[in-house]
Amino acid sequence: MTALEGTSRQRSITYAAPVHKVSRRARVILAIRAFLTVIVALIMLIPVFWMATTAFKSRADAVAVPPKVFFKPTLEGFVNLLAERSVLAQARRQEMQARRDELSWIQRIALDAGTEIIGVSQYVGRLRNSVIIAGGSTVLAVLLGLLSAYAFSRFNVPGSGDLLFFILSQRMLPAVVVTIPIFLMYRRLGLHDTHIGMILLYTVFNLSLSVWLLKGFIDEIPRQYEEAALVDGYTRLQAFRKVVLPNALTGIAATTVFCLIFAWNEYAFALMLTSDRARTPPPSIPAKLGRGGIEWAAIAAGSLGFLIPVVIVTFALRRYLLRGVTFGAIRQ
Amino acid sequence: MATTQAISGGQSRRRRQLSDAALLRLFIFPTLILIILMNIFPLFYSLYLSFTDYSAITRQAPNWVGFKNYSDLLSDKQMWIYFANSGRYALLSVGLQTLVGFGLALLLNEKFKGSGFLTTLILVPMMLSPAVVGLFWKLIYHPSSGIFNYIVTFGHPTAIPDILASPKLALWGIIIVDVWMWSPFVMLLCLSGLGAIPDYIYEAAAIDRASWWRQFWRITLPQVAPLLMIAVLFRTIEAFKAFDVVMPMTAGGPGEATELIALNLYRQAFGGQWRTGRASALAYIILIIVIGISNVYIRFLNKIRGD
Repeated sequence: MTALEGTSRQRSITYAAPVHKVSRRARVILAIRAFLTVIVALIMLIPVFWMATTAFKSRADAVAVPPKVFFKPTLEGFVNLLAERSVLAQARRQEMQARRDELSWIQRIALDAGTEIIGVSQYVGRLRNSVIIAGGSTVLAVLLGLLSAYAFSRFNVPGSGDLLFFILSQRMLPAVVVTIPIFLMYRRLGLHDTHIGMILLYTVFNLSLSVWLLKGFIDEIPRQYEEAALVDGYTRLQAFRKVVLPNALTGIAATTVFCLIFAWNEYAFALMLTSDRARTPPPSIPAKLGRGGIEWAAIAAGSLGFLIPVVIVTFALRRYLLRGVTFGAIRQ
Repeated sequence: MATTQAISGGQSRRRRQLSDAALLRLFIFPTLILIILMNIFPLFYSLYLSFTDYSAITRQAPNWVGFKNYSDLLSDKQMWIYFANSGRYALLSVGLQTLVGFGLALLLNEKFKGSGFLTTLILVPMMLSPAVVGLFWKLIYHPSSGIFNYIVTFGHPTAIPDILASPKLALWGIIIVDVWMWSPFVMLLCLSGLGAIPDYIYEAAAIDRASWWRQFWRITLPQVAPLLMIAVLFRTIEAFKAFDVVMPMTAGGPGEATELIALNLYRQAFGGQWRTGRASALAYIILIIVIGISNVYIRFLNKIRGD
């Protein structure tokens, strides 16, 4: 058995056949798999690609007919997003054009679109709010979820089925309706438009997912591991830390990513429960809609910039996400 | 059984450590207390409001009207259309997500060069902000300046109608976006489930010369089922709450082709007269339906786990 360790599943299925034939067939199958996956991935990435390119388009190019794949890139969208601008009158515009060389490159981009920069937009502060709120609530949700999931998975919790359903039901009521009472409650408690209020709210919403998911993962870890550790003189807590945690890393990574994505992108609550201090970008990016037509480039730039932190976290956790649950001992 | 053994094993060792019962409380209580504190008031308050004629923009105190909101809603033929829309949307989009997600997971389960990188790339649609996704897909679906029609018809965009303006195709338009966005979620969960299947099961099946098809039905599917079902459960719940992607994309149109129940709920709560009481009643009707569906799923899930 140990000789087979590390060989792929495809090979081990047909391991009765001669070795060179197997590896060749497996190679062909693997190539077909890889090809199919690349095709699907490419199709799924077209809209993302479109968003990324739109972010660098000028206003006219963004809605060109037919759609433009090749275009002259501009940072107009990003300038629109990050800076507060005012539209220039004809005379002032000509005056600015005359002393174009004195202007910084950012102001030149704004000038090309017929506007002048008058300050930093609120977007930067909103991005910071997102980091605080999404980060805080993700850590809390995963930590609390992990502890309860372990307890539900391993101990005889009285009424566990009902409790789990109660936890799940937190996610069932549409946000639109819950917001009205939460709004009233938060205003009374002074939690309206605060970081802590949003962190608590997102934590509660994510707990349903985190408890259920992590319970699913911990259920898959054989109990014999911990029982062996307990026999060896570990306490429950030590067994949890040294046996369960390392084996649940995949689940923890997956849960972290899901919770982070939800809290990072949440729209309805943020729209209704924050106004300025704790507002995050999702409700404000579509607000770029107004003021003379849709600013697609600014919306795309905002979405792209907002996407990057989540992509970085997911890539950082990739090793755990894709490692799979490895039950070394049970494979012997 | 195993739990009771473990507990008695722990008690027999006289050592200074937390008893399992204390540990259990320590582990579960923070979660439950937080949920109760945050949700009991909103839940009961909106239940109370659902029996009143309250409107959040007037200064009038809520008037008790009994079951009027519920009976009005249930006898309104329009509401049944919205429920049917939501049902069709949930069934089709969750079904397709399961197929695409599970299919991708099967493809990616065998590691090849760059598969990890590809998997992470496939996750990108899920990471986008739903409100922006809905807005942006409107541009993608645009009949002349969008790329969807161009790609699907290989450069003859007028060969097919404007998806979001066609009463027949608009629902498919929002289903495609949901499938695009959330198949990666199903894929990731299935991938974790597939990774957890011990190789020795397949090795035993290979010795018995079981066909690939048979291995799939007898080993792969039952082993992945618990995590797959959790994915389906959460996606179904979300489908009945679908709002932030659809609202900017179609706002329920054309006509009422994409008026999902959650969209209509928003309209009742914050549009026109702000009928908070009626909206709360509708929310509870949705809740009861979702609880019913979830119960069926969970019973099924427990049955799979019990085997």
